[in-house]
Amino acid sequence: MAIEMPQSFWLYFTFFVLLLVDGLWCMLATRNLVRILIGLEILMKSVTFFLIAAGYLSGRMALAQALVVTVIVIEVVVVVVVAGIILGFYRKHDSLDVGNTRRMKG
Amino acid sequence: MIWFTLLLVVLVLAALWASMTTTLLRATLGLALASALLSVVMFSMGATLAAVLELSVCAGLISVVLVSVASLTRPRSIQEEIASRRSRLRRIWPLPLVLIAAGVALSFVHAPVDIVLHLPKGDGDVRTLLWSMRQLDLFGQILILLAGALGVLVLFRKEAKDGD
Repeated sequence: MAIEMPQSFWLYFTFFVLLLVDGLWCMLATRNLVRILIGLEILMKSVTFFLIAAGYLSGRMALAQALVVTVIVIEVVVVVVVAGIILGFYRKHDSLDVGNTRRMKG
Repeated sequence: MIWFTLLLVVLVLAALWASMTTTLLRATLGLALASALLSVVMFSMGATLAAVLELSVCAGLISVVLVSVASLTRPRSIQEEIASRRSRLRRIWPLPLVLIAAGVALSFVHAPVDIVLHLPKGDGDVRTLLWSMRQLDLFGQILILLAGALGVLVLFRKEAKDGD
């Protein structure tokens, strides 16, 4: 079954904004470090989606894909390093509360 | 068009579930589901290479990393969990309402968009573009991957010293 693709910029923009608000709210409404990382991931999803939508609407899909590949590589490195920092912080302070990050030194 | 819009709605719902659910494991599963749905969206739009990367790296590798983090951290006591849920619920409950309001408000916008993109010509195959026109991106990606590997090495070395 072939899916008919919409050509409306505002449809893609609406879902981009919804994902963006969702990710931002997820980051701001929690004190758990892992949830903040999950919110950051949702923000990344919104940016990835909008890059692909921009490439699709402008007919420059190859360029959009090249940028998305770069975004995904950066995303995975950020997640792995931040996950390591969160685990190190948890072992040191026995907490995932973002308020305790003030106790970090050095 | 209706199927594609439905797919986008389910993608936002999966991301919303990842934001609102109570346990970290469910949040990670919601994020993996959102990644998988995004890869389907990308595939529908013709971005096959990005879709494959999104599915394998974001829905696969990142989910494994997040599940590992969730499993290596101690679950809270029941009292802590109840107190945390209550305070979190107070902060998170307006989110679905805000999303619905934003979606409805934006669905009424139909202003014409006339964006002129001054992009380099030769936008054909993504592999050709990536290897022949975006070498600086690739160089940056290699540097970032090396920096990430170095960061993980430093973190584990610190951990070994702490354990001694």
